[in-house]
Amino acid sequence: MTDTEPPGAARPQPAGAAATVAVFAEGRRGPMGRLQHFLHGNPTMVPVIVLVISIAVFGVIAGERFFSPFNLTLILQQVSIIGILAAAQSLVILTAGIDLSVAAMMVLMSVISGKLAVDWGVPAPLALLISFAGGTAAGLLNGLLVTRIKLPPFIATLGTWNVYYALLLYLSGAQSIRGQDIDEAAPLLKFFGNSIAVGSARLTYGSILMVLIFLVLWYLLTKTAWGRHVYAIGDDKEAAELSGIRTDRMLVSVYAVAGLVCAIGAWAAIGRVGSVSPNSFYEGNLQSITAVVIGGISLFGGRGSIMGALFGALIVGVFQSGLRLAGVDVLWQVFAIGWLIIIAVAIDQWIRKVSG
Amino acid sequence: MKTAFNLSCAASVLALSAGLAQAQEIGACLITKTDTNPFFVKMKEGALAGAAENGIALQTFAGKIDGDVESQVAAVETCIASGAKGILITPTDSRALAPLIGQARDAGLLVIALDTPFEPADTADATFATDNFKAGELIGQWAAATMEDPATAKIAMLDLNPSEVSVDYLRNNGFLQGFGIDIKDPTDIGDEDDPRIVGNDVTNGNEEGGRTAMENLLQIDPGINVVYTINEPAAAGAYEALKAVGLQDQATIVSVDGGCPGVQNVADGVIGATSMQFPLLMASLGIEAIKTWAETGAKPENTPGLDFFNTGVELVTDQPVEGIPSITSQEALEKCWG
Repeated sequence: MTDTEPPGAARPQPAGAAATVAVFAEGRRGPMGRLQHFLHGNPTMVPVIVLVISIAVFGVIAGERFFSPFNLTLILQQVSIIGILAAAQSLVILTAGIDLSVAAMMVLMSVISGKLAVDWGVPAPLALLISFAGGTAAGLLNGLLVTRIKLPPFIATLGTWNVYYALLLYLSGAQSIRGQDIDEAAPLLKFFGNSIAVGSARLTYGSILMVLIFLVLWYLLTKTAWGRHVYAIGDDKEAAELSGIRTDRMLVSVYAVAGLVCAIGAWAAIGRVGSVSPNSFYEGNLQSITAVVIGGISLFGGRGSIMGALFGALIVGVFQSGLRLAGVDVLWQVFAIGWLIIIAVAIDQWIRKVSG
Repeated sequence: MKTAFNLSCAASVLALSAGLAQAQEIGACLITKTDTNPFFVKMKEGALAGAAENGIALQTFAGKIDGDVESQVAAVETCIASGAKGILITPTDSRALAPLIGQARDAGLLVIALDTPFEPADTADATFATDNFKAGELIGQWAAATMEDPATAKIAMLDLNPSEVSVDYLRNNGFLQGFGIDIKDPTDIGDEDDPRIVGNDVTNGNEEGGRTAMENLLQIDPGINVVYTINEPAAAGAYEALKAVGLQDQATIVSVDGGCPGVQNVADGVIGATSMQFPLLMASLGIEAIKTWAETGAKPENTPGLDFFNTGVELVTDQPVEGIPSITSQEALEKCWG
């Protein structure tokens, strides 16, 4: 049963390719080999397995409190903003790029909508639309720097990260807009802070939004031509170009969508934090990359499912909550996340060898 | 406090006239931790205003984030090279910068630490700072006095970050001592064994961190009724976490800073009491000290009994208790920074 490629669930096949293009005769493959092969075909299984195991382990260590519906929904709520950033980040990383500016774009857009709606009296829906347009434009700039000026994504977004960060400090004067002032002037901005209570579980609109964003992007990536092109560019940009994909235009659209997702995240962040806080999420870009990497999406592009990033964000949340409830000092949480990243990428490298 | 302020006003008027008479400008540098914290933004404003009054050419520098030692090292080096007469610095790492500060002093610069003391404090020529232990102590005493029975307290401690810098442990332990808890090692956070402390968590001094930390501690004990916070943004985040589970009336939040949004939150009942500090005063006094040093060679002196010059703390609350002097939020709104 092991002499054909397992069905590639997360890796889209080029249209029209036969399922058995490559047949390798490998009579003797040990259990590790089978596992390796299975994971190669299903890269999202790694984070899923890690998530299930870590929930089980922390359930034992930290006890009932960890397992309570309240705590599990709290974890969902706590990772929702980084999760949304990770969704945006996944898009870019799938094209073999990286976006260091995601969190700065998000906070900048939250400052813009907050300033407009609370301080300058613009109606809240219009302020939000302006921030969405702003996020798209900020992402567009990243895309143009990468495609037109031919800057490596790392450098382009390192630059815009600083630019957007400086702008948000300038606009906000580094001063938060208080929750009470938002409640008075534009309560719509805090919409995603509302929650649905089911028993002791509390699902905030923000965590529902995160899951919806992942589902929509998952659909776009797996069921549309645009999504297949994203994977194709990440896999081999030249080959994608030769097969007729307008790669530059695609890349610009990917960065722009990422910017829009960040702007939507900005709305959710105001609800989550309860105020417009220019000093929050400073390391959001690195946290989003952490979630993506733990989620089994390859930094080399073209491989992994965006759902992995959701699981990656949840794994980080589960570790933080579990270690906290077990009474572990905060610095050991940082330590644990560090090892998670290293192990996740090591597993990715090991899985990749199957095709090498 | 008031006298000190009047004196400084008088001094700046004198300095102003002297500055006008003087053709050659004195150079000075202000190096803050970040440009993101309104506290430092205000400090910068105070310094720039003081410099303009005194005819001092002020260069300003800041780290990118709290803990960015490298930017501060580069700033000190640039400043020495520029031939400035003095440096005002809020060290982002109380120990790491010490050797470099020694070089600056050897090169003839007056170095004054603002807000955060060096370790040891005499690394710099002088320190102009808030008494952060006192700031914590005031809100601790207030919190204990407003409780019917402090023995039933369940306390959440929302600190700054894992590196336990001096401002973090001073405020934390000041609060605990004021509340009447044995703090053990005064430079260590979290070594107390009083069962009334539910736990410590870190906030990075912002709303997002404050909210998450409060949620975490509520998971450990939902009965928390006293919340200490390192600053007012963290306090606002903690309030959101309490409000989300309908516990905002169960717990009293105390904080430190005196930023205008924080004072407004005292007025709105979000924060029970906060200790106000005075960044503008630190900066303007620092500028004057550099001017005096450049002109006469005299160094500033410490407040008696302390190893720094105390720029003062005032308790801000709308529920005053007997025996602890305080001002109301309305009075505080006139003095708040940011």
